[in-house]
Amino acid sequence: MTDFLLELRSEEIPARMQAGARAELEKLFRAQLAAAGISVGDLTIWSTPRRLALIARDLPEATAAVSEELKGPRSSAPPQALEGFLRKTGLTQDQLEDRDGVYFAVIDKPGRATAEVLAEAVPAIIRAFAWPKSMRWGKDSASSESLRWVRPLSGIVAIFGEELIPCEVGGVASDYATRGHRFHCPGEITIGSASDYAEKLRACHVIVDHEERQAMIRDGAAKAAADAGLTLVADEGLVIENAGLTEWPVPLVGRFDEAFLEVPPEVIQLTARVNQKYFVVNDAAGKLANGFVCTANIDAVDGGAEIVAGNRKVLAARLSDARFFWEQDRKTALADHAKKLDRITFHEKLGTVADKVERVAKLAEWLASEGIVPNCDPALARQAAKLAKADLVTEMVGEFPELQGLMGGYYARAEGLGDAVADAIRDHYKPVGQGDDVPTAPVTVAVALADKLDVFTQFFVLIDEAPTGSKDPFALRRAALGVIAIILRNDLRFRLEQVLLKAVEDDLDKFGVVWEGHTEKKLAAFFADRLKVQQREAGVRHDLIDAVFALGGEDDLVRLLARVNALQAFMATDDGANLLAGYKRAANILKQAGQGSPANAGAQGCAEPTETDARPGLRLSPESMTVHDATLLAALNTAEPAASTAVAEERFTDAMAALASLRAPIDAFFDGVMVNDPDEAVRAYRLGLLARFTGAVHGVADFSKIEG
Amino acid sequence: MKSLSFQDMILTLHAYWGARGCAILQPYDMRVGAGTFHPATTLRSLGPEPWNVAYVQPSRRPTDGRYGENPNRLQHYYQYQVILKPSPADLQEQYLGSLAAIGIDPLLHDIRFVEDDWESPTLGAWGLGWEVWCDGMEVTQFTYFQQMGGFDCKPVAGELTYGLERLAMYIQNVDNVYDLRFSDPVGDVPGVSYGDVFLENERQFSKWNFEVADTDSLFAGFKAAEAECQRAIEANVPLAAYDQAIEASHLFNLLQARGVISVQERANYMARVRDLAKGSCKAWIDSQSERWAAKYPGWVL
Repeated sequence: MTDFLLELRSEEIPARMQAGARAELEKLFRAQLAAAGISVGDLTIWSTPRRLALIARDLPEATAAVSEELKGPRSSAPPQALEGFLRKTGLTQDQLEDRDGVYFAVIDKPGRATAEVLAEAVPAIIRAFAWPKSMRWGKDSASSESLRWVRPLSGIVAIFGEELIPCEVGGVASDYATRGHRFHCPGEITIGSASDYAEKLRACHVIVDHEERQAMIRDGAAKAAADAGLTLVADEGLVIENAGLTEWPVPLVGRFDEAFLEVPPEVIQLTARVNQKYFVVNDAAGKLANGFVCTANIDAVDGGAEIVAGNRKVLAARLSDARFFWEQDRKTALADHAKKLDRITFHEKLGTVADKVERVAKLAEWLASEGIVPNCDPALARQAAKLAKADLVTEMVGEFPELQGLMGGYYARAEGLGDAVADAIRDHYKPVGQGDDVPTAPVTVAVALADKLDVFTQFFVLIDEAPTGSKDPFALRRAALGVIAIILRNDLRFRLEQVLLKAVEDDLDKFGVVWEGHTEKKLAAFFADRLKVQQREAGVRHDLIDAVFALGGEDDLVRLLARVNALQAFMATDDGANLLAGYKRAANILKQAGQGSPANAGAQGCAEPTETDARPGLRLSPESMTVHDATLLAALNTAEPAASTAVAEERFTDAMAALASLRAPIDAFFDGVMVNDPDEAVRAYRLGLLARFTGAVHGVADFSKIEG
Repeated sequence: MKSLSFQDMILTLHAYWGARGCAILQPYDMRVGAGTFHPATTLRSLGPEPWNVAYVQPSRRPTDGRYGENPNRLQHYYQYQVILKPSPADLQEQYLGSLAAIGIDPLLHDIRFVEDDWESPTLGAWGLGWEVWCDGMEVTQFTYFQQMGGFDCKPVAGELTYGLERLAMYIQNVDNVYDLRFSDPVGDVPGVSYGDVFLENERQFSKWNFEVADTDSLFAGFKAAEAECQRAIEANVPLAAYDQAIEASHLFNLLQARGVISVQERANYMARVRDLAKGSCKAWIDSQSERWAAKYPGWVL
C-alpha cells in the first residue's frame, strides 16, 4: 500500500474559490480512480493561495485483474451480428465461447499499475476541473483550445510512494520540485513523498493546511488584540478569507485616528472588513475602538512596524472618504435627498422609486389610521415612509449599498427627527431573512409592512412576476415571509386579502388586472405556502396549515395560526389521533355511499336540526335506535354548538375539546352498530349521523387534509 | 538611502521594462480615463502579433475631482502601463522585480495578489487577475486580458497598471499627494513638489468639471464624436474611429460629473460608447486580418 501526493500550483487562486476547489479536486480524483477500479479511502485535501494539494493514503500498487464477460449474438444469428460483436470486443471467432447456442466473449483484463492509472488521471483531472471562472494565458492562448485554469497553472508535483508520476498538461510537466513562500523561500524545494510534503513546506514558510492557517489567524488575531488591551470582534468569514490570502499568516494590530470614531461604527466596520479585510476591535466597554487587526503574509524583518503603518494609512484614507460622505450627506435634509428618487427606476413597468415611496407612504398611513397597526400615528407613518428610501441617493449608500436603511436612520436622527421616525427608516427593510429581528415599534411596523406589501403586490399582481421554482428575481418570497413575520410577531388582526387589495387597488385598472377570482386565489395559495415555510422552523405541521386554509375564507393569519396551533396540540393527544381515525372512517363510508364531500354535508348538517333529527327531517323511530345512535346524536347536539361558538369566539382549544367529546361516542358507534343496515331507513339515518359528525369536525378544520 | 522622486520612479520603471524588451511609448495625446484606453493597449491587444510596450498615461476621471482638498483623490493622475503579449510565464516575477527596482522590499512590506477581475463595460473588455496590495494599499492592477472590444485575445496579453501617485506616496512615505517630491533639487536648482505642478490644475479642473463645463456642447460633442466614429469606420480608418470612441467616452464622463445623466440614461450612454469601441476594434481587426493571416498561418479570430 502506497501514498500518493498531488500538488497543483498556480498563480494566486481567489480566496473565495478555494473551498470549492478542494471539493472539486476530491470529486474528480475519486471519480478517476473509481473508473479504474481503485477504491480510495480518506483523502487529505489542502489549499493555499498558490496550491491545491491532495494526499491519498494506502493506494494499492496495482488494480485487481478483472474478467469481463460479454454476451453476444446467438450462434444462429446472421453473420453481420457476429461481425459486429467481434469488432466490438476485438476478438476472433475462435476466441468466443459458445454456450447453448449463444456466443460469449470472456475478456481477461490484467491489473494495471496504479502509477499508470495516476499518470492518466492527473491530466484528466486538470482538464475536467470546473472553476467558477477560468482563463487562458501565455503563448498557447493563441489557440482557443489552450488549457483553462483559474489563473496560470505553474507546476505539478505527483509522487506515488517515492516515484514521480510522469505527466504533462498545457506545457507543465510533473516534477519532484515545488516552491516555498513567494518571498521567504522563492527557490525550488524537492519533495520526497507525501510524508515529508507538509513539513518541508512548513520549513519554507508555507503552512499548507488551510485549517491550521485559519486557527493561526483566529487565535493570533485575538491574541494580538488582547495584547493591545482590546477585544477582537470575531468574524469567521474574515478568518477564512485571510487564510485564503496567505501562506504564512501573521496577524498584526494597528490603531487609527480616534477622530474617525465619529463616523457610525457600522461604516467603520464595513470599510475595514470589505475593503481591507481587517478585523475590528472593541474597547473594554464593548464599544468599537480605534484599532484593527490585519493579517500579513510575511514575517517582516522589522516585526511588522512598516506593514502596520502602511495599513493604517490606507485605512485612514478609506475612513476619511467615509467621513467625507458622512459630512456631505448630512448637509442635505433627507426630504431633499428624497426628491432625487424620481431619477431612479424601480422597475421599467412600475415607475420610479419616487412613485413607490408615494404608494408606500399612502399605504402605511392607511394601515395606521385603520388601526390595523395599533397605536401608530398615521402622520408619523407617512413621514417615515416618505423618507425611508432617501438614503439610496446618499454618497454613503452609493459606496456601501448594504448600509441602506441604517444610514437613513442615522441621518434622520442627525437632523433632529424623532426616534419613532428614525427607527422606522433604519429598520423598515427588516426582517431580511428568517432569524432576523422583526420590527415591533408601531411606526416601523407600518412602514415595513407597507413596503413589503407594495413590493409584493406590484410584482406579483400587476406584472405577474410570481416566483417560479428557483427563480425569484424580485425576492417576493422574502417579502411575503416578511409580511407574515410582522403580522404574527405583532398580532396584527386583519383580512390579508383586503390589505393586499388596498395596496394595489389604485393600479389594477391601469394594468388591466381583475382581482376577484384568479388573482385572489393565487395570492391565497402563495401565502399558504409561505406560511408553511415560515412555520416549519417552529415545528408547525404543514398539513395542519392546509387543513385550516382549506376551509376557505380564513386569511386573518393570527387567527388562522392560533387555530392551527390548537389543532396541532389536539392532534398530539390520544383523542385527536382517534378522532382523526374516526373521521377518516366516516368520510370513507360516506364516500362509498355517494354522499358527497364532508364539507357540503357539514354545511347542511349545521342547519338547525332538531333534538332528535340526525339531519333536518331525518328521524328514526325510537325502537330502531340503539344506544350508540342515541349517544352519538346527543354528543353531536352538544359538541356542534360548543365547537362553533368556541371558533367564533376564537377559543380554539375549547373547540378542540368539544371535538374531543365526540371521540368516545364515534368509537362506540363504529364498534356497536352497522352503518349499512339492511333497513334502508336505519342506514339513511346512520349516514346522516356520520355526515353530521364529519360536518361538526369540519367546522374546526378540514380533517381530510391531515396526514396520518 | 533616499527614496526615488516621482520622476525618478518613472525613469526607473522605463529602464526596467526597457531592459526587458518593452518599447517605451509616450502618452496618447487624448483625454482618457485610464491607460487601457491608449490604442497601444486596446487595439494592439487584439491579433496574433507579439507586442511588448510600456508607457505613462495621464488619466482623467472628472468625478474624482476634489478641488485639491483631498490628499488621495485627483481628477487627473498618472498610470504606468505595461503590456506584454503573449503574457510571459514569469510575469508575476518580472512585476515583483519592478517593485524591488523602485525600492519596495518584499520582506519588509506585505505584497499580496488579491482577486480582482477587471471589466471595462465601455471597452467591451474583461480579464482575470488581481489588484496587487502593498501593506493593504492597491498599487497595481494586474490583468490577463481575455477579451477586448468583445473579441477573444489570442494570445492573451498581460497588463500591469501601476497607480503612480499611490506608489510614490508609499515609497516617499507621505500622506498627501501634493507633498510628493516630483523632482529632486540639483545644485542650486530647487526640486518641485507634485503640488507645485498640479494643485492649481486640480482646483480649476474640479470646478470646470463639476460646475462650469457647458453641458449643451458636451452633449453636442458626444453626438458629433459618435457620428464621426461611424464615418471613420465606414471609411476604413479604424485608428481614427477609435479616437472618436475615446472622445465620446471622455465627454460621457464629463456629463456624469455635471450630474446631467440620469440613472436610466447612464446604461444607455455606456452602451453607445461600447458600440463605438467595439466597432473600432472590429474595423481594426478587419483592416489587419489579411496581414495576420499571411504572417500567422492557422491563426483564427
